[in-house]
Formats: sequence, structure tokens, C-alpha cells
Amino acid sequence: MAGPIDITGAMITTATPAGDWLAIVPIALPIIAGASLLMLRKRLHWQAPIAVATLALVSLATMALFVRVWTSGTVVMTMGRWLPPFGISFTVDVLGALFACTASLVALACGVAAVQSIERPARRYGYFPFLLLTSVGVNGAFLTGDIFNMYVWFEVFLISSFGLLVVGSTRAQLDGTLKYGVLNLIGTTLFLIATGYLYGVLGTLNMADIVRKVPQLDGAPLMTLAALYLTAFAMKAAAFPVQAWLPAAYHTPNVVTSAFFGGVLTKVGVYALLRVLVLLFPMQLAGLSGVMAWIAAVTMVLGALGALAQSDIRRMVGFLVISGVGVMLSGLAIGTGPALAGGIFYALHSMVALTAFYLLAGFIADRAGSASLHVLGGLSSVPLLTGVAFILMLCIAGLPPGSGLWPKIMVVRAALEAQHGWLTAAILVSSLLTIITLGRFFLLTVWRPAVADAVLAEGKRSSWPGPMLALTAVALLMGLYPEPFVQAASRAADGLLDPAAYVQAVFGGQN
Amino acid sequence: MKTLIFRSIAPYLTALVLLFSAFVTLRGHNEPGGGFIGGLLAASAFALYGIAFGVPEARRAMWFHPMSVAGTGLLLSAISGLPSFFRDTPYLTGVWTTAPLFHFDVATIILFDIGVYLVVAGAMTSIALALEDSGEG
Repeated sequence: MAGPIDITGAMITTATPAGDWLAIVPIALPIIAGASLLMLRKRLHWQAPIAVATLALVSLATMALFVRVWTSGTVVMTMGRWLPPFGISFTVDVLGALFACTASLVALACGVAAVQSIERPARRYGYFPFLLLTSVGVNGAFLTGDIFNMYVWFEVFLISSFGLLVVGSTRAQLDGTLKYGVLNLIGTTLFLIATGYLYGVLGTLNMADIVRKVPQLDGAPLMTLAALYLTAFAMKAAAFPVQAWLPAAYHTPNVVTSAFFGGVLTKVGVYALLRVLVLLFPMQLAGLSGVMAWIAAVTMVLGALGALAQSDIRRMVGFLVISGVGVMLSGLAIGTGPALAGGIFYALHSMVALTAFYLLAGFIADRAGSASLHVLGGLSSVPLLTGVAFILMLCIAGLPPGSGLWPKIMVVRAALEAQHGWLTAAILVSSLLTIITLGRFFLLTVWRPAVADAVLAEGKRSSWPGPMLALTAVALLMGLYPEPFVQAASRAADGLLDPAAYVQAVFGGQN
Repeated sequence: MKTLIFRSIAPYLTALVLLFSAFVTLRGHNEPGGGFIGGLLAASAFALYGIAFGVPEARRAMWFHPMSVAGTGLLLSAISGLPSFFRDTPYLTGVWTTAPLFHFDVATIILFDIGVYLVVAGAMTSIALALEDSGEG
């Protein structure tokens, strides 16, 4: 070897603090565990414990990461220690850490719920590795600071989610997976096209670098880019008019899979909208805000109307997911700090509460042998399910003391301040429709006396309700003591609106 | 396929292509080549063997299930990034060291390449054998 080579122009020469590794643990750990489970395919009884232990460790790691980001600012780790615009950066700010933390907790709850409800054939076909790899993709999308890398994580969770959806191979599942697959592939292809175009225009993919370069460009087709990204991510988030895949697919697989998808996957789309439109294209977002407001309003109201029209509980929850996405998008359409904070808080609430509601739907279907509102009834003889159903009804409808109340108030107040009269009206109308939907659900399943042929199968094996109860408790906590969540969401929104700290964290001293 | 010529030559061809895939993978360290293309070559070798002798025979010859091979590769690639923790550098930074007994340089980068090779070989072989399987009914 020749003498020492000067690498300061290409590589990071300062030591990486051990704490920064927290940014990579939520990715690396489940990949390692997922790969190991793939190798141990034959040992079916090892699959569940390893998967659950991994998801628990990932939850702890994301919580530690959140604490680190909260106390000492944005955490950046650039892979292979190449200098930022060239190396792929993981840039974790409050927003990313908050979403990753919540999603990991939800994934853990789903993993625990899956232990009992996933049958042997599904385990043999790799349910748990798929679950781990889906959570890898989701965490990767939340934590990365590079837009092409975000595309890669989208692909990772998309492909793993195909696996989760189709495992079991019933006719309805194949049908649902096909619709889900085709529409989502179109969405990710748009994402890829937009990203290729972005690279052609700006010559960089690092988000902090994009933030620096966008204001310097005159006449660049930034509006086209913003519109392309909006379309791609709206598809992921299941916003009107590209929401049709969600109710077509989410009621077909095992209920734990639905719970995980309904809770987490649409929020990745919402997160990507926040990250790309607010952080990278704030000027263009202001131009698009009229369109966004329409999308948000129609998504909310149509989602709630769709939910009202369903008789199958799981299809109903699917439409409630869509309606909730509308509320988050209206935060984005208004675009002020408090509105974004409201949208972010609503996304957190929605992850927890809707996952719990899907799990509840699974329990009800298990006990009653049916998921149809025409048949169900007499649930009041099972106090546990009644209690959970009542709390979740309050949470999702946004009634006190449920978790949906505060973010909705934040969004409505911001909408009024920003003179968005009819958007406010849309939020309130959709809330009313949601209350009617859930009231009908509660009335029919709990208060109506049991119909003769729907006997509550007391002797039937019913799984452990722990995960559902834990998520319900978290949702209730969000409603009863919202202060820390409001604070976290506000700081996340501030970080998006003023990206100076984000850019500074990635590029540090160099300019 | 039951032609005598193909059946006689297939084992040699498979061995040759596998050898070549290893060569391409190692060559990729400094020159064109690498784990991905090497893995594709290996998968085509197994697919060839499967066409000649049938899928069950090919699976027996592989010894491990293709998906296990892919899992091993993913594991190797993921853990190849970990040693950089002990050098205070970010994840996936290449770490070089000299093997104590034989005095040649070893690096984590080759581990990553081998991982990619196994992932591609395993996944592609899995797909190819599944397709051949359904083709023969």
C-alpha cells in the first residue's frame, strides 16, 4: 500500500457515535431475523417466538431513537461513510421517529396477535418472515433521508405485503391481492418515474440536498414533480379518486394482516406526502392546496358514506380507514403548522385505533361465526368485547374521551383560522357520518338481542385479547392525556416547515 | 427433456456455469461482474439441470431449499454491515483486515457480494424450478 490517502473529500472522517446506530437497528435487526426465519422454515415452532422477540426489540429501539431525536436533534447516518449527497443517508427527525415508533408498536401488537390466529399452513409458507420484512420496509420508508431509497423501501413492503395478503390462497384472497397488486404497482411506478425526473432536474436524491437546491432553480418543472408525487402517494394513502383497491383487498386475508395493513400501510402514503410535499416542495404544495382540499373533503365524506353502506364489519373498517386519511390530508391542504400537527396526530391515532378495531372485528367474527351486521347481535353478553367496542367507537368517531377528538379539533381550528369554510364543514359532516356508522355498528352488534342462528360460540377457541386491549389502552391514553402527543406532533410539523435543522444535520459543517 | 445429447452434457454444463458464476462474482470486486450477475448465472445452471433431469432431481442436487439459500444470502449481506460498528464508522462501511495466518487481506465487502449472489441464486432458482414444475404437470 502507498502512503495514507486523503479521504476527507469523499468520506466522513469523524467517528460515528454508537447512539446513531439506533437509526439502523429498526431495519437491520428485522432483516437479520427475517432471513434467519427463512432459513429455519422447517422449524415452525421457532418462527413465532423469534418474530415476536424481534418486533419487541425493534419497538424498544424505535422508542430509544425517538428519545434521542427528541433530546439531541435529528440523527443522521450515511451508509458506507460516503459524504452525504453521494452516500445514502438515514435522516431521522421527530416526524420519522414518531411514525416509526408508533408503527413498530402496532407491528408488535399484530405479531403477538398472529401467534394464535395464524394457522400452520400459513406459517409454513412464511407468514412471520413476511411480517418482519413488511415492517422493515415500513420502518425504512419512515427513517430514510434519500428519496430513491424511500422508493426501495416502498417496494420492500409492497412485495412482502403481497406475501402476507396471499398466504392462504383462497379465491377471495387472490382476487383482492390482484387488485391491490396492480393498483399499487402503478402507484410505485409513478413514484419511480417522478424520482427519475427529479434526479434529471436536480441531480440529487438526498432529501436535505433537494431542500437546498429547489429554491435556487428557476423555471424547473417542479409543479409537475409535485403533482406526480401527489398522485403516487395518494394512491398509497388510498385517497379519492384512487382509493378503490383498499376496500377490495383488506377484508380478504387473515384479520391480523388486515389490522396491520389498515393501521400502518396507508399511513406510509400519508407520511410520504408530508415528507415530500411539505419538506421538498412547499411552494408547489401551496399551489396545490385547493386540489388537496377537494381530495381531502371527498375522501373523508365518501369514506364515511361507504362505511355506512357496508354490512360486513371488516369492509366497514376499510372505509373508515379511507375516511381518516381524508382528515390527515386536510391538515396537509391547510398547510399551517397547527394543521399539519393535527394531521400527524390524527395519523398516529388512526394507526393505533384502527388496528385495534380490525382486531376487534376479528374477535367478533370468531365468537359469532359471522362478520355481517345482518346476523350479528347479542354481543352485550361478552362484557370485554362490549367495552372495547365502546371505547374504540368513541376514539374513531372523535368523541371525548377518545383519541380522535383532539387531532380533529386541531385540524378544524386550523381550517377555521385559514378561512377554509367548506373544508371545515366537510370534516364535521364526515365526523357525523362516522358517528352514525359506528353507532349503527354498536347498536346492531351489542344491543340487538342475538338472532336465533347466530349463537355466540362460547366453547370456541378464542385467542388471547392482549394485543387488542393494549392498543385500545394506548388509544384511550391518547384521548385522556393528549398533551405529549400534541407536543410531539407540533414539533414534527415545525421540523417539516422549517427544514434548516434537517439540512444542517445532514451536511453539518460542509456547504 | 429426454434427448441423450442434452442429458449427457447437462451435468458438465451445470458444473461449468456454476464455476463461471463464482468467477464472475469474485471478479466483480474490482472489475465488471459481481454478486447479482453471478447469482443469475448460478440460477440458470440449476434451471438447466432441472430441465435435463426433472425438478425433483434438481432439488435433490441442490441439497438446500432455494429459499433457504436466499435467506442465507440476505443474512450474510445484512451482517456484513455490522463489523463497522467496532470501527466507529456507519453501517455498511467496508472493514478490511489481514488474516492472521495466511497474510492476505479480507474484507466485509466480499461477504456482502456473496450474500447478494446467494439471494439472487436462491430466489431465481426457486422461481425457475416452480415454473418448470408446473410445466411438467
